[in-house]
Amino acid sequence: MFEGVPLTWFLITGTIMFFVGIYGFLVRKNLITILMSTELILNSVNINFVAFNKILYPDHLEGMFFSIFIIAVAAAEASVAIAIIINIYRRLVNIDVEKMNEMKY
Amino acid sequence: MTPNQLMFAIFSAVIIIFSVLTVTSRRILRAATFLLFVLVATGGMYFLLRFNFLAAIQLTLYAGGIVVLIIFSILLTSHIAEKLEKPDLKKIIPALLAATAGALITIATILQHKFPVEIVADSERTNIRVIAKSLISTEKFGYALPFEVISILLLAAMVGAIILAKKRND
Repeated sequence: MFEGVPLTWFLITGTIMFFVGIYGFLVRKNLITILMSTELILNSVNINFVAFNKILYPDHLEGMFFSIFIIAVAAAEASVAIAIIINIYRRLVNIDVEKMNEMKY
Repeated sequence: MTPNQLMFAIFSAVIIIFSVLTVTSRRILRAATFLLFVLVATGGMYFLLRFNFLAAIQLTLYAGGIVVLIIFSILLTSHIAEKLEKPDLKKIIPALLAATAGALITIATILQHKFPVEIVADSERTNIRVIAKSLISTEKFGYALPFEVISILLLAAMVGAIILAKKRND
């Protein structure tokens, strides 16, 4: 419990955000919206790490470092994914996953 | 209701509502804006937990960097006025089923587990000196190796992104 806010509340918020991200990942067709769902998923994991860090081990900073590294990985992933998306758009003039059935040109 | 609980309720409501809107909105630029709200509310949650440095990183890197990158690529690849087509029911139902089932199972497991309930006092704010020292220390609770690995990853991602998006003259 952190000054009246129990740990479970943070975990439930993170869970809902995670599965909303999963839903978007499965349903969406546009590549950029799929990328946005991935960002949601990564972000929800960060909330869990930070809440566990503060409420179970307030003297250490492990959860915070994990979150920092996850944010760095997310930034790298987003930049490479957007480079790939722009490249695909240049070749096929469309970024719909269902119309992308050829990797070679 | 304490002020902390009130702030938590606000941030949590913003996160849940806008993340649902992010994955359901049919206008892609609006979806990106809703994603921005979600990320800012997450940063507020870090402020609530007194992780000021992490909240600053969240605001500058996620809300300032990644969302701007996403919006740029939206503007490059699609028309603003264009609406995405509705996903068909054959896709929505299994996805909704999987997501709700997963969420319910996880929440049930969380609620069954007894976490310690002793109250953590408002500890001192995370000290930037401690963070910096742990990032370059090689002893216990030191993060020198992941720090170096992440720097190589960022370099590789930068080079890869430039090479991928470069115009080819063939």
